[in-house]
Amino acid sequence: MGIDIKFPIGLMFSILGLILTIFGLFTNADAVLYQRSLGININLWSGSGMLVFGILMLALAWKSRKTKTK
Amino acid sequence: MGTNFSLDWIDYLVMVIYFVFVLGIGWTLKRFMKDAKSFLEAGRSMPAWVAGLAFISTNLGALEVMGMTGSGVKYGMLTTHFYWIGAIPAMVFLALFMMPFYYGSKARSVPEYLKLRFDEKTRGLNAILFAVMTILASGISMYALAILMETVLGWNFHFSLILSAAIVLAYTYLGGLSSAIYNEVLQFFIIVIGLLPIVILCLKDLGGWSGMQEHLKPIVEAKGFAADTWTTTWKYTGSAKSNPMGVEWYGIFAGLGFVLSFGYWCTNFLIVQRAMSAHSTTAARNTPLIGAFPKMFIPFLIIVPGIAALVLLNMPGKGFVLPQSAAGQPIYDYTIIMLLKQYLPAGALGLGITALLASFMSGMAGNVSAFNTVWTYDIYQSYIRPVTGNREADEKHYLFVGRMATIFGVIVSIAAAYLASMFGNIMDFLQTIFSMINAPLFAVIFLGMFWKRTTGHAAFTGLLAGFLIALLHHGLTFPEGADTLVKGGWIFKLHSYPVEMAQNFWTAIFGCATSAGVAVVLSLLTSRKKSDEELRGLVYSLTPRSMKEDVPWYRRSTTLAIAVLSIAGVLTVLFW
Repeated sequence: MGIDIKFPIGLMFSILGLILTIFGLFTNADAVLYQRSLGININLWSGSGMLVFGILMLALAWKSRKTKTK
Repeated sequence: MGTNFSLDWIDYLVMVIYFVFVLGIGWTLKRFMKDAKSFLEAGRSMPAWVAGLAFISTNLGALEVMGMTGSGVKYGMLTTHFYWIGAIPAMVFLALFMMPFYYGSKARSVPEYLKLRFDEKTRGLNAILFAVMTILASGISMYALAILMETVLGWNFHFSLILSAAIVLAYTYLGGLSSAIYNEVLQFFIIVIGLLPIVILCLKDLGGWSGMQEHLKPIVEAKGFAADTWTTTWKYTGSAKSNPMGVEWYGIFAGLGFVLSFGYWCTNFLIVQRAMSAHSTTAARNTPLIGAFPKMFIPFLIIVPGIAALVLLNMPGKGFVLPQSAAGQPIYDYTIIMLLKQYLPAGALGLGITALLASFMSGMAGNVSAFNTVWTYDIYQSYIRPVTGNREADEKHYLFVGRMATIFGVIVSIAAAYLASMFGNIMDFLQTIFSMINAPLFAVIFLGMFWKRTTGHAAFTGLLAGFLIALLHHGLTFPEGADTLVKGGWIFKLHSYPVEMAQNFWTAIFGCATSAGVAVVLSLLTSRKKSDEELRGLVYSLTPRSMKEDVPWYRRSTTLAIAVLSIAGVLTVLFW
C-alpha cells in the first residue's frame, strides 16, 4: 500500500552506515575503545556493511520505481 | 565488574535515527488510511517478501530474543528444536494447506474464520480469549523491556515503559497494520545487522566453532552430560536424563514439533494476520515460506551467542557475569545484553541496543495490530454495533473504532506491565494458560478444515474440554524442584517431570488430544448446520482445486516449500 519500503530501509541504513563508518575512521587509532571488540574496529566493519546494504536497497527501490512508471 | 553500563552520544544518535524512521513510516502512511480495511487489513496489498519478513519479525519479539539466548546457555544447540522441528514444518503446513482457506474464505481474522466455518459461539470464545491474551502478552513484553533497561542501562522504569509505548502507539495509530508490517521489515534488518557483530566476535574470541567445542567439554562434563551435548541436537535425546532439556526424542517430536508449533504457527492470528495482508492467494501462501528462510538461520544469531556465554561464564579472566535475581540465581534472559556490553564499543553498542528495542517494538506492535482487528471485527462489529448497510459511513465508523482500540490496547498493555511488575508469578501463570489455549484451537481448526463433518457444537465443546484437560494436567503435575504452585501441582502432586519444559510439552499434548477426541465424537453425534454450499472455500474436500499458480516455477509455493524443508533437513543432519 502506498509506499515502497525498500526506500526508507535503504535510506536509513545508508545514513546509519555512513555515521558508523565515519565514527570508525575517526576512532581507528583508539586502542582502548576497541579493546572490547578484540582489537577489531567493528564500527568501521558494520558501518561499511550497512552502507553497502543501504545503497543496494536504494538501487532496488529506484529500479522498481522505474519499471512501474514505464 | 558491575552490571551497569552507560551509552555514549553516538549510541543515542543511532537510536534516535531509528526512531525517526519508525515514526516517519507511520506518518507517511497516514494519508492512505481512508477506511477500516486499509487500517485493519493493510488493504490486502502486501508483496509476499514484505509480508514474509513481517511474519518472522513479529515472532522475533524481545522475549524471544532474550529467552532464546538464555536457553542457549541452559540447553545449548538443543534449543534449535524450537526452530528446525518446532517451527519449520508448521510454517510449511500453514503455507501449503491452511493459507488457501484462511485467505480464500475472505475472513478478516482467525475468529472470523471460526464463525464462517462453525458458528457464532466458537468465534466469540476464541475472539475474547485472543483479545485478552494478546493485550496481556504485550504488557508482559513491555515490562520485560523496561526492567531490562532499568537493570542494565539505569534508565528510569516508568520512562522506558511510557516512551516505548508512546512510539508504538504513534506509528500503529497513524498507519495501522501497514505501518506495523513495514516497520517489522525494518526491524527485521536492524535486529540481524545489530546482533551479527556479537556472533562474530564471541566466536572469534573462543577460537571459532571448534574452539568453543573444546572449551565446552569440561564445563558440560562437570554438569554430568556427554562432552558434546551443548553442540548437538538429537544425539542425546534417547533418554530424558542424558540431555539438559529433560525430554526424549518423541516428546520433542510430538510436543514441540507437532502440538506446540502447529498450535502457535497455524492458529495464532498475530502470525496469520501477516499472511492475510498479502496481495494474492499465491503471495499469502508464500508468506510463511519466505519467512521460513531467515527463521532457520536465526539460531545462529541468538542461540550460538548463548552457548558462547556459557563458556565465558566459566572463564573468570573474561570478566563476564550475569545479573542475579533476588534469590541469587543468574538471570539467563539477560545474556544477550551482557554480551553486547562485553564485546561492543560505542557505536556498534548503540546499534545492538537499538536492535533489542526494535525487537521489542515489533512484538508489541504485532500484538496491538492483531488486537485492534479482532476487537473491531469480531467483538465490536459482532456484538456491539453491527453493520448498518451504509458502506461508506460504516467504514468510517469502524476506522474510528479501530483507532480507538489501538489507544485502548496500548493503555491496557501499560496497565498489564505494571501488574506484572507487582506480581511476577501471576504473569508466569498467565503465559502457561496461553499455551493451553492454542493447542486445542489447532485441533479444532484442523478438523474443521479437513473434515467436513465437524460441527459447531463439537468445535466449541472440543475447545473448552481441551483447555480444561490441559489445566487439569497442569494442576496434577509439577517440574522437579518447583517452589511455587504457579509451576503446577496446585490440585494434587500426582506426577513430576524432570524440567518445566517437559511438563509444558505434555500439557499441550493432552490438551490437543482431548480437544480432537471430543470434537470427533461430538461431530458424529450432532448434525451439521451448514450446507456444503456454505462451506465451499472453508473446507478442503468442498473447495474446487483450481490452485493453478500463474507465476514462474521458482516462485511457486511447492518449490519454496521443498527448498525450505531441504535446508532444514541439511541443518538438522549437520548439527545432529
